[in-house]
Amino acid sequence: MEPGLDVTAAGQPDNETLCGNDLACIRGQRVVFSGLSFALPPGSVTVLRGPNGAGKSTLLRLAAGLLKPATGTLRWGAQDIEADREGHRRRIRYVGHLDAVKPVLSVGENLSMWAALYGARPQAQDIAGALAAFDLAGLAALPARFLSAGQRRRLNLARLPVAPGRLWLLDEPTVSLDSASVGLLEAAIRQHVAGGGSVLVATHSDLDVGATAHMTLQAAHREPADA
Amino acid sequence: MLEFWALVRRDLLLARRQGSATTSVAVFFVLTVTLFPLGIGPESSLLARVAGGVIWVAALLATMLSLDRVYQSDFEDGSLDLIALGPLPLELVALAKTFAHWLVTGLLLVVLSPVLGILMQLDSAAFGTLVVAMALGTPALSLIGGIGAALTVSVKRGGVLLSLLILPLYIPVLIFGVGAVDAAADGITARPHLLMLGAILLFSLVLSPVASALALRLNLE
Repeated sequence: MEPGLDVTAAGQPDNETLCGNDLACIRGQRVVFSGLSFALPPGSVTVLRGPNGAGKSTLLRLAAGLLKPATGTLRWGAQDIEADREGHRRRIRYVGHLDAVKPVLSVGENLSMWAALYGARPQAQDIAGALAAFDLAGLAALPARFLSAGQRRRLNLARLPVAPGRLWLLDEPTVSLDSASVGLLEAAIRQHVAGGGSVLVATHSDLDVGATAHMTLQAAHREPADA
Repeated sequence: MLEFWALVRRDLLLARRQGSATTSVAVFFVLTVTLFPLGIGPESSLLARVAGGVIWVAALLATMLSLDRVYQSDFEDGSLDLIALGPLPLELVALAKTFAHWLVTGLLLVVLSPVLGILMQLDSAAFGTLVVAMALGTPALSLIGGIGAALTVSVKRGGVLLSLLILPLYIPVLIFGVGAVDAAADGITARPHLLMLGAILLFSLVLSPVASALALRLNLE
């Protein structure tokens, strides 16, 4: 297709691959990372590691399109994500530090309201299925303010199957989950990858998801950037 | 477009469950206006003279009181990240959220204003004009205020800053809103004032979503 597009491992552009090329990010006049390149082909799980402050969350927000890189490009297949921001937003599903759970809505309403915002038209059994996948089936009618931290996190993760996207960007999804819940998350990730999706997950714990790639960010440099 | 109405429905449901926004705005509006007959005496000619101004100033302040709710809680619990990553462009997100804000607060001000007109001895010829002027002015207040709410979304306790930013921008609405009511009370046509209010509404309808989306993008970085 296009000459010079040799970032994917196979040497040919893959239309379902998110490629970062020579990315740098500057936050508060500090270089968080620079010269970072990666590829997230379909069916891959990339585990992102690094000490606190190394830029894991920043990289995930960059891949989601919430941040713009200082230098470098992010491409989906052959296309820069800046050129098609709406298309990119439809492909990705981002799970951040914050659970985005509304305490005044019930568990089921939280999920169905969110699905409607994403243009998904889930049937009642889709909502129930997503809740069951994260062991929340009995809590659908419970106001979300009564949920524990781990349950809120599971409700946040239950968004993933309700409105499917190609690429999951998970920012420390195992925080406050017990080991059984981590197992549910691993199962969901494996199922997503088996269906041709891809996952970029920042985590400090060991996830048993058959990770196909590892990426480690170094601790950030402390000197100010020449911005 | 379905996502637009989904966001409006969600904000209305949240407002109904929380309840406090609508109630506090209505109570604030009524109480503030009620203070004036108590403060300056029951003389009806004096009250009638200031009625339009008092009702409009109270409506401005009541709108201001509720503005920090537009984006603040969604920003703090991470919902705004997810909404920004959803299929709806941020401009339409801003429009949906200001529209929901108006339905929850502004609409109530429109409905309450004639009641407060009675309390303020407003000239009976001016009631219709007051309602029309409020119906044109309050959406503009929500739209202009939405820009301020978007700008200050990441500022903790940004209420004072928000007021300082937005109150000066409310002056044109106040001038033409009061002008319309006074003109009707004096028995002359309020049409030019109402047309100006309509123009301000259309202008803010175009400007506000774009400016709010820009401010939200800066705050989400």
